[in-house]
Amino acid sequence: MRNRFTIAIVLVAGFGVITTIWLAAQQPPVRPAQTQPYRAPRLADGHPDLNGIWQAFVTANWDLQDHEAQPGPHPETMGAYGAGPAGQSVVEGGEIPYQTWALEKKKQNFEKRAMADVSSDKKWHDIGDPEFKCYMPGVPRATYMPFPFQIVQGSAPYILMAYEFTSSTRIIRMNTKQEAPTPSWMGWSRARWDGDTLVVDVSGFREETWFDRAGDFHSDELHVVERYTPTSPYHLMYEATIEDPKVYTRPWKISFPLYRRMEKNVQLLEFKCVPFTEEILFGRFRKEAAK
Amino acid sequence: MMGGFMRSLSKTLLPIAIAALSFVSVEGQAPKKATAPVKKSTVPKTPWGDPDLQGVWNDATSTPLQRPGGVGSKDTLNDEEAAEFQQQLANDLSRDRRDGGPEVDVNRAYNEHWMDSRRLKITADRRTSLIVDPPDGRIPPLVPLTPEREKARAARAAANTRFNAGLPEKIEDFSLPVRCIIRTDSPPYLPTIYNNDFQIFQSPGYVVIGPEMIHSARVIPLDGRPHINKNLRQWLGDSRGHWEGNTLVVETTNFRTDDGVVFQNANPATFKITERFSRVDTDTINYEFTVEDPTTWTKPWTAVIPWTKIDPAEQMYEYACHEDNYDVVHFLAGARSREKRGETK
Repeated sequence: MRNRFTIAIVLVAGFGVITTIWLAAQQPPVRPAQTQPYRAPRLADGHPDLNGIWQAFVTANWDLQDHEAQPGPHPETMGAYGAGPAGQSVVEGGEIPYQTWALEKKKQNFEKRAMADVSSDKKWHDIGDPEFKCYMPGVPRATYMPFPFQIVQGSAPYILMAYEFTSSTRIIRMNTKQEAPTPSWMGWSRARWDGDTLVVDVSGFREETWFDRAGDFHSDELHVVERYTPTSPYHLMYEATIEDPKVYTRPWKISFPLYRRMEKNVQLLEFKCVPFTEEILFGRFRKEAAK
Repeated sequence: MMGGFMRSLSKTLLPIAIAALSFVSVEGQAPKKATAPVKKSTVPKTPWGDPDLQGVWNDATSTPLQRPGGVGSKDTLNDEEAAEFQQQLANDLSRDRRDGGPEVDVNRAYNEHWMDSRRLKITADRRTSLIVDPPDGRIPPLVPLTPEREKARAARAAANTRFNAGLPEKIEDFSLPVRCIIRTDSPPYLPTIYNNDFQIFQSPGYVVIGPEMIHSARVIPLDGRPHINKNLRQWLGDSRGHWEGNTLVVETTNFRTDDGVVFQNANPATFKITERFSRVDTDTINYEFTVEDPTTWTKPWTAVIPWTKIDPAEQMYEYACHEDNYDVVHFLAGARSREKRGETK
């Protein structure tokens, strides 16, 4: 018994060795470049240089989660112009972990996404996607709007992120413990370096921003931790962990790459959309309409 | 609004203006030198060698853009005159009074509570106007305008009248700042009642100016690239910069042609503005701008405004404007309601 068992082990071990040799022979030689993480160019302070004009090429602004191509809210007038592209979820695990009541609220948001009612100050923000009304998009939505943004990183303890959509901006304050002085649309951003990754902690949000046209939302307890990691001269990997105990059952994460805009003459242009919303917001108060 | 402000200022300043006349000197008539000399040693540099303008700056002052009527050619004041001038300006800018038409009221709609305290002080060099050229401290006279522009100006004036009467007919009757489209983010940068802060960011090849109102970033490339094509026009124009010694020189063109986009409704097609930012010491940037528009003014004119570095703890705040612009609805809904009641005058 013992001998036979020993023989079996030797046979199995021997077969294993042969298999390993055979597998090794089938694999291409390991290239060192593939195993070395990308090392970004540095600024004078030794930190990675993230300067540039960047843009996400995901369809998360329509829906963070899986979505089929869809008609817009007014196909009878907008046709295919108003339609949205299909896209795969950028949420880790696919689904946003909503509390039950919140999932219901998201559905209501979606139903009324292309509506606005500013007739009462108190109900001003009750319905309609803030993007539809040209309000500042908040974080992380600003990052995946279908518009470029520019990172301006110099030698001051501030980094500017300037977004083309409605000329919104946010100031990233490096290595500070100061809390948000007041809630804001773009939040209060404090950052530090974790190796080559810029880690931005964002809090102090107004509760009115949404994450997408699907009605995904948060409360005033939203807390976002973003990570910007250079992975090539032309890419930043973007990750955001989203936490809000009032709305979700646990923190959740999104990730996608940001691409450097490479056109020789690229620059941020203007998307000042306020005039595009004035009729939908204020048209009903026109003199003619009041007859 | 500027017209109403200047008229009321002229009225209140008449006594001091007459007093000031007796101090006119030969020196007073010489045009003020536009740019203060810059000492090289005082200008910090970025690690990549550009003059360092990074920080939060404030341009508030009570010194008016144009020299108040009657002061004549006297461009700076002695101690006593300066104190009186400053007091008069502060009074005129901030006291709650009913001594003029609706235009004057609206211009003083906010009392001292709202006023940036720096807005109540004249410039340290005690000038009587921000304009340094022409030497009389006034915007040069208009050239004859085309009938189309006269018509557009009359339409704008009529809209302003409806607004001031509390009877705006539509959102377009409001000015661009009230509509939250552009505010103090459009050059030239001029002091206003509040939020006179500008944060300057720099990176290799760029200077970016972030005005507090309205949260836009004015990205100025320094790499010598040409302006965007002239058929591509923007609310804030298109800026290109270069360094002349320690001075950042910025030229801006490509403004949109909408009514009121460029200063005092000049002609966007021919309007050109050149700004010069010179850091003169740790705490001061000398901001000088020259505007020219041969289809609006008889000659170019230049103003100088000191920018003071502010304590970083006194930070910039997000200026959300359109997001909660309740007032335009109140104005419009109020006007419709007044019409129903027959209050149309």
